[in-house]
Amino acid sequence: MCDFPFFSLVCTGEIFELKAELNSDKKEKKKEAVKKVIASMTVGKDVSALFPDVVNCMQTDNLELKKLVYLYLMNYAKSQPDMAIMAVNTFVKDCEDPNPLIRALAVRTMGCIRVDKITEYLCEPLRKCLKDEDPYVRKTAAVCVAKLHDINAQLVEDQGFLDTLKDLISDSNPMVVANAVAALSEIAESHPNSNLLDLNPQTINKLLTALNECTEWGQIFILDCLANYTPRDDRESQSICERVTPRLSHANSAVVLSAVKVLMKFMEMLPKDLDYYGTLLKKLAPPLVTLLSAEPELQYVALRNINLIVQRRPEILKHEMKVFFVKYNDPIYVKLEKLDIMIRLASQANIAQVLAELKEYATEVDVDFVRKAVRAIGRCAIKVEQSAERCVSTLLDLIQTKVNYVVQEAIVVIKDIFRKYPNKYESVIATLCENLDSLDEPEARAAMIWIVGEYAERIDNADELLESFLEGFHDESTQVQLQLLTAIVKLFLKKPTETQELVQQVLSLATQDSDNPDLRDRGYIYWRLLSTDPVAAKEVVLAEKPLISEETDLIEPTLLEELICHIGTLASVYHKPPSAFVEGSRGVQHKRLPGSAGSGESADSPDTGSAAGVSEAPPAVIPSQGDLLGDLLNLDLTPPTTSGPPPAPSSGMQMGAMDLLGGGLDSLVGLLHMGAGFGAPPTAMPASFPPPVSGGLDDLFDLGGSVGMPMGAYSPPKSIWLPAMKAKGLEISGTFARRAGVIQMEMTLTNKAMSIMTDFAIQFNRNSFGLAPAGPLQVLTPVGPNQSIEVALPLSTVGPVMKMEPLTNLQVAVKNNIDVFYFSSQYPISMLFVEDGKMERQVFLATWKDIPNDNEAQFQIKDCHLNSDAASSKLQGSNVFTIAKRTVEGQDMLYQSMKLTNGIWVLAELRVQAGNPNYTVSTVVVGLCEFMSLVSSLRLSSDLINNFYPVKTVVFN
Amino acid sequence: MIGGLFIYNHKGEVLISRVYRDDIGEAGLKAEQPIISRSVPKPVSCLKRNAVDAFRVNVIHARQQVRSPVTNIARTSFFHVKRSNIWLAAVTKQNVNATMVFEFLYKMCDVMSAYFGKISEENVKNNFVLIYELLDEILDFGYPQNSETGALKTFITQQGIKSQVPTKEEQSQITSQVTGQIGWRREGIKYRRNELFLDVLESVNLLMSPQGQVLSAHVSGRVVMKSYLSGMPECKFGMNDKIVIDKQGKGGGSEEAAKSGKQSIAIDDCTFHQCVRLSKFDSERSISFIPPDGDYELMRYRTTKDIILPFRVIPLVREVGRTKLEVKVVIKSNFKSSLLAQKIEVRIPTPLNTSGVQLICMKGKAKYKASENAIVWKIKRMAGMKESQISAEIELLPTNDKKKWARPPISMNFEVPFAPSGLKVRYLKVFEPKLNYSDHDVIKWVRYIGRSGIYETRC
Repeated sequence: MCDFPFFSLVCTGEIFELKAELNSDKKEKKKEAVKKVIASMTVGKDVSALFPDVVNCMQTDNLELKKLVYLYLMNYAKSQPDMAIMAVNTFVKDCEDPNPLIRALAVRTMGCIRVDKITEYLCEPLRKCLKDEDPYVRKTAAVCVAKLHDINAQLVEDQGFLDTLKDLISDSNPMVVANAVAALSEIAESHPNSNLLDLNPQTINKLLTALNECTEWGQIFILDCLANYTPRDDRESQSICERVTPRLSHANSAVVLSAVKVLMKFMEMLPKDLDYYGTLLKKLAPPLVTLLSAEPELQYVALRNINLIVQRRPEILKHEMKVFFVKYNDPIYVKLEKLDIMIRLASQANIAQVLAELKEYATEVDVDFVRKAVRAIGRCAIKVEQSAERCVSTLLDLIQTKVNYVVQEAIVVIKDIFRKYPNKYESVIATLCENLDSLDEPEARAAMIWIVGEYAERIDNADELLESFLEGFHDESTQVQLQLLTAIVKLFLKKPTETQELVQQVLSLATQDSDNPDLRDRGYIYWRLLSTDPVAAKEVVLAEKPLISEETDLIEPTLLEELICHIGTLASVYHKPPSAFVEGSRGVQHKRLPGSAGSGESADSPDTGSAAGVSEAPPAVIPSQGDLLGDLLNLDLTPPTTSGPPPAPSSGMQMGAMDLLGGGLDSLVGLLHMGAGFGAPPTAMPASFPPPVSGGLDDLFDLGGSVGMPMGAYSPPKSIWLPAMKAKGLEISGTFARRAGVIQMEMTLTNKAMSIMTDFAIQFNRNSFGLAPAGPLQVLTPVGPNQSIEVALPLSTVGPVMKMEPLTNLQVAVKNNIDVFYFSSQYPISMLFVEDGKMERQVFLATWKDIPNDNEAQFQIKDCHLNSDAASSKLQGSNVFTIAKRTVEGQDMLYQSMKLTNGIWVLAELRVQAGNPNYTVSTVVVGLCEFMSLVSSLRLSSDLINNFYPVKTVVFN
Repeated sequence: MIGGLFIYNHKGEVLISRVYRDDIGEAGLKAEQPIISRSVPKPVSCLKRNAVDAFRVNVIHARQQVRSPVTNIARTSFFHVKRSNIWLAAVTKQNVNATMVFEFLYKMCDVMSAYFGKISEENVKNNFVLIYELLDEILDFGYPQNSETGALKTFITQQGIKSQVPTKEEQSQITSQVTGQIGWRREGIKYRRNELFLDVLESVNLLMSPQGQVLSAHVSGRVVMKSYLSGMPECKFGMNDKIVIDKQGKGGGSEEAAKSGKQSIAIDDCTFHQCVRLSKFDSERSISFIPPDGDYELMRYRTTKDIILPFRVIPLVREVGRTKLEVKVVIKSNFKSSLLAQKIEVRIPTPLNTSGVQLICMKGKAKYKASENAIVWKIKRMAGMKESQISAEIELLPTNDKKKWARPPISMNFEVPFAPSGLKVRYLKVFEPKLNYSDHDVIKWVRYIGRSGIYETRC
């Protein structure tokens, strides 16, 4: 250690020594002493005791010494705020120094001293420096405003620094402009609604000019800022794109990626038939490929971003497969990412090459990488049908290697291949069975058991195989246990004679000896099915399964859009929205891509809350995301992928915990909105429906207003849920209605394709209120081209429950002879109001009082011209019951109750003022113990309930 | 933006730590904070210790190999790069521009090496004051500022700040250079001899299947310059870029186009030093710039079409029973016979259970290196259109390892005196209107070097 005198230990004795040296008269000695102090500080030793002595050295002409003292000050000022004031004078003086380097140094350091008391003294010097004649001082002062804002935002606003900062955007020096932009962007982030960065065509023009002249870092600040701008029309968008594209040739990858971000975003606004659009697409590919020859860390960031870009615009890189081939010496993180992109780009044209590569990778050393490669082979088989056969034979070769993890991984993917191409590759089962003993991972065991159960009739010793698993039943993971139970039941249904004993054994193991409710319930269901109606059991358990889709790991589209707006940043590396990993208000703002050309409205309103989100949400095609898909397709109740009791909210994994909570609260408010909205006849916004809200309002009004019309529950008009374009010619429009106490989904299926459609089936994903089809979809005749058919599907509310976002969202899978299609729609909450929703007066009174205020939500219903009686009777039609009516000062107060299918009570107070078309509604939500029991019977974990109904539930008998 | 920057040695000890923002080190990381039995409020340095420790524990001392250059620990993100034994880590709690952070870390390494050579523990410790000074200048509140070494060296020197007080003119010259449009060059440079050195350095990358099919091949090239020019010269660089030549061909005689068309090359993509006017390149595809003084990299480019692959490797591996392996490798040189390739090295991987190797080669020297699990065959020089061969008998220890040997690819290193992409420099013009020297007075040197990048053949 003696080689490095500054890094020796600091003990108490040494502190004294340093103190003496610091107070020495000799400049050189002083400087050496300060150096020693800084060195100790660096390695984490506490030298704060020397504060006064070090600050004493501050007034010096020696710039190097000054810098060292400043460094010390920045570190310790916070712990010694009183002492730090001593430094103020020097700062003020230094800000007037004739040397611009010293002025800048002072203003730079000042901002780093995070002591409230001091900041006030610094305003004057900062103001001067912001207008300094030297650009070096100005650019430093610009950043200092951001520093000050971080310490005391109010002060910065009061002192008018923000305006000065805005003026700097028009500065003559490009670097000053860049720093001002950076500072403003940061400040704007913590004020999401302020119009701080007032981006208009003039400022954009200034920024674009500065872009050509400033340093590489400045270009990044400016490009990142530009990405937040929404051009007015496609022409402006194009002209900005034209001026940004030269940046794609910059040597700095960050400049390139930020430029890509701007282009990807603004491209959304360009009409697709424009020549320039095609040119731009072509220009994007080479720079992205070039990023892959950068250092490995940058490659990693680039690959994570390319993964997003490929999902959004696959056409850009579709011919560049080769550059994603893994190199032997690539770091593992680069290898894994490349593999992901290879699968995304795999197509019929390049599949041969891809497969050859994947086979090569499967023999590498790194276990994770090999596993992923094996899985990728399976995914290729599912994605490119022509290659399936080759993929399967490759997988078989790999199984022959007998490398444990390779075999297990291969079996898991082969199971998926069976699902995709039933009755095609079953000949390989024998080979699979040979490896039964080597499987020690739950996923592989479960997959193997599924295969044995599914093809029990073709495996002679299926019973023996399954029996061997049964021995250690209780040591298996839930996944395996569930699979085993189902597989044995399947086996029994296929070969009832020999396997009676086995099935009894497994049923008793599952129902009597297990404390896992999932397993127990499934056991009981089977047991009852088998004992009451074996034919029905056969129909249920051995039902034909729909095929699985090609892309199973796409990022959910709205998240993808948000991530595209964050290209180059950490969010794009983590594939998570910033709110998932950034604390506080920063970055919580959700960004969206601008609407496409032609559509007048700009969808760029960030975070409009769930209410707007609800009414806007189009019947989107559901992303086929891992577990969600598993659920949808689980006609035989045996999830191949999901298991375990707490049903995770679908996108929870990506949205992160914070979002879940926040979203939950929002959607509750949304729910109250909707609920009460329906309660009050005039509004009854078909809350979640695509047609414009006002239209829905009128509809309801008409319904209510027309005299003599039979009073029925409100049902919104039909809307298109699944456009024909997205479903190979099948168009589905529909609505929900409650008729005679039964919830119905009324659909019109239109065949817009050329061929006949048959074999319709329907399935719901788990949803908030457990909606499930009460029977099969009754489409008895084939639907010919250009033919429509009306279907009414009765729904039950006893299906599995999972909280949806928004709450009334319903994700549906419809199958026909062509394919499986997914869409989502939202049902009006009024549909869920049950007929016995009338609460007794006393109970109502007691409950109303008991409910804490924060359970209450209030809002107004506008433009409603019914009187209170008409409203009340209208509402009754939708099962909103008026319990009492009171008139106070010309206002009619209606007290109403309604009950949801899951036992939740909602109480409402509706205030109607004669002559005033605006109503006020207060709603409260009450939970009943009945609800609790219902929920527990559905085995929801308690925290899910909390998310479900964050409003405190009141329980009474 | 970047919240803090740390430099560690291989043991995880902190050599340099600079905290720009308070947010790092708080919250989740607090749990790991050492107990300090003192009543004074904790200084920032204590807070930052948590971040420092978290990175050491979770990344440097992690048992596993590094799985990602970006790590998130308790909502704090760490970016790291490694230079020999030294770790550089940038820390943040915000959604920063990740690409920029890595670019900055590389740039910082460049700046440090420009000041004191290799980045080693010793050098970092000996120059810690300088490093702090640099960090103060090139990163302000987490925002990277001007990081051009040329400009930095005008006011931050290794001996500390220039001790004599600079004159007013000097000061304003420094500041205008640091913030100005031409931040990479100062005015008033004078040379007696105006000289220019231009190197075209290419690395040719190849992945070939055992059957000789090219799986992927590309050249990544760099144009590296050394300029010793007076004043503020305006330079224009031209090469046989297909797009430019075709354009000229249209305007000029078609004969010339046909003649030169053969020799032009298609550049997939190129990137430029910040001195190059990108908008001019975008519109006219001409490369014009005011060069920095001294060494710099003018451009990088990538080509994938019509690459000259200087060597072809033909492997033949035969497994003779379970304990013997026969390997024969032939290399063929594929360029003009008048040219000489140098520093040729062929690396043939051997299985882990190799017990002995017998080698016969016609040319050069070959050795089995047990520690590297490879046979290394070196040839000093080899002319074009020649062929050479090595054969090896590898004896294996019997193992009961079920897993097959992964057979890593055979890799090659070499250096050739031409550009495998076919790039040719057509001109490099220098104009300095204010000083009286013309393009003809500048002495220009051009050199082409092609090296192997990752040049692999699977076996």
